[in-house]
Amino acid sequence: MVHCIADNIISCLGFNSQENFDALKTGKTGISMINDHDLYHQEFPAARIDADRLEQLTAKIMAKEQYTLLEQLMILSISEALEQTDIDISDNQTAIILSTTKGNIDLLEKKYKGQFKDRDQLWKMGEVIGTYFNNPNVIVLSNACISGVVAIQTARMMIESGQYKHMVVCGGDILTKFVVSGFMSFLSLSPKACKPFDSKRDGLSLGEAAGTIILSSEPSSSKNISIIGGASANDANHISGPSRTGEGSYIAISKALQEARIDSSQINHISAHGTATPYNDEMESIAIERHQMEKVAVNSLKGFWGHTLGAAGVIETIALIWEMKHGLILPTAGFNELGVSKAIRVSNALEEHNIQYGLKMASGFGGCNAALVLFNEDNQSL
Amino acid sequence: MTKLNISTYCHLVNHRVYKDGQLIFEKPEAAGLSDFIKSVYRQFKPKYPKFFKMDDISKLGFMAAELLLMDGVHQGFESEEVGIVLENSHATLVTDSSFQESVEDYNNFFPSPSVFVYTLPNIMMGEISIRNKFQGENAFFIFEDFNTEFLSSYIQQLFDADKIKACIGGWINQSATDYEAFIYWASAEEKNAHKLGPEEILQIRADNKR
Repeated sequence: MVHCIADNIISCLGFNSQENFDALKTGKTGISMINDHDLYHQEFPAARIDADRLEQLTAKIMAKEQYTLLEQLMILSISEALEQTDIDISDNQTAIILSTTKGNIDLLEKKYKGQFKDRDQLWKMGEVIGTYFNNPNVIVLSNACISGVVAIQTARMMIESGQYKHMVVCGGDILTKFVVSGFMSFLSLSPKACKPFDSKRDGLSLGEAAGTIILSSEPSSSKNISIIGGASANDANHISGPSRTGEGSYIAISKALQEARIDSSQINHISAHGTATPYNDEMESIAIERHQMEKVAVNSLKGFWGHTLGAAGVIETIALIWEMKHGLILPTAGFNELGVSKAIRVSNALEEHNIQYGLKMASGFGGCNAALVLFNEDNQSL
Repeated sequence: MTKLNISTYCHLVNHRVYKDGQLIFEKPEAAGLSDFIKSVYRQFKPKYPKFFKMDDISKLGFMAAELLLMDGVHQGFESEEVGIVLENSHATLVTDSSFQESVEDYNNFFPSPSVFVYTLPNIMMGEISIRNKFQGENAFFIFEDFNTEFLSSYIQQLFDADKIKACIGGWINQSATDYEAFIYWASAEEKNAHKLGPEEILQIRADNKR
């Protein structure tokens, strides 16, 4: 079995998982209006990391000027998660897998010309982070917005096959002019904080974050959550819009459940992708309904953190782990009235709920979809 | 060392196209990837007008898959049974650079959603999936060079876990000055396939490049 033994989240809501979870429980969004011409020439809503606090924390552990913003976040996130374990990250039984959609894409801006040579290449960024931790076993995965979920599944496979004992999975992406302008040109950003699954939803909000999950073949001494199934699937329908029938998502969930050897009726809670674009949320509701899970409590955390791209699958899975450990279901910030065609149960208030099996969903550009099944090892009494 | 059952492979490099080790097309005078890949399209005529809206690296991946599958090796598999797992070193940096130029200056600001959508390496897997109705596993990894050992082991694990029965695997890369596509068709059960290990795959690639 592959156990989740430590985690960290750095986001607009805090610099570790506890701070983030406490903020998520309040139901208040971390998205605010940003006025920064380095990112966009007009004001726009987004979820941004506190730069002053980041500077204080990075200064303690690294020569800050040698690392890009994303590298700093990833190193900080991995370091904080590692502190919770006694794993020696540099030993040859441990590997690092990084999940990112755009990596150091800010380095393409003119102001960085001649700096951080080759670090716009993702493998080079991986090498820099591996060098910091004195571990050459670094794998970089870049598969749009399912990257984080696929990275966790990849890590799980590598532990199951005996290649490594421990896998450090870190996902991260930052707000850049490239990404903000791209989503603006796509007309997919909401003018206000996004409203997942809501009848008035009108687009996504962007965010930045880094998150780390450490997976191990050995359980930790405290409460254990394990990853017991995972899969990805393609809609084979459209490169920038999801399938109208939820086909890829449906297949990914089926295969993840099959691997976990459980039935959809055993799932107690679903953490959806829930970007708050009209098509994504509708598609997910169809996939959930096709699996007869419309009575299961569903939430989306995009209304708190925004869409954090390559980090999303990692930090949202960490939130699901914390929900399972604490027997709590988090609210969906921004959600008020159901606005999808299937009568799914979207949670809009913090509720106590025992969760034995949790499902994480993700979807992205390129028609890709992924799903993970999590199991609560300490909650066998349900 | 994992040996995969590989029934066919295809290599586009140095303005040449090799299928199963045989040179099947070349255009030495091509100006670059953009020019070369369009002549490959004209030569093999897949009759797929959507090809022309793709960026160059997706065109490269798309045509490599067309040639890989030209003999119908994928016939008989269900949609869900076929996966695509690829690697490269430059993600979509060439397309990224042209998108960055369009947003660098607010006085000359012209970001295009049709360019932005191609700034993700997995988009080419989406294009290949749409064309062939492949709905199995997808993953895109970034390494400094073609990591055949990792890829073979990853695909074999997908077979062993019964996730998919066949998979397109390989390396599809475009840098500012060069390009290369090397892809193969691997299947879980042997069907007139060669058993090829990670080093043998690298050797075939090196032979064609000479």
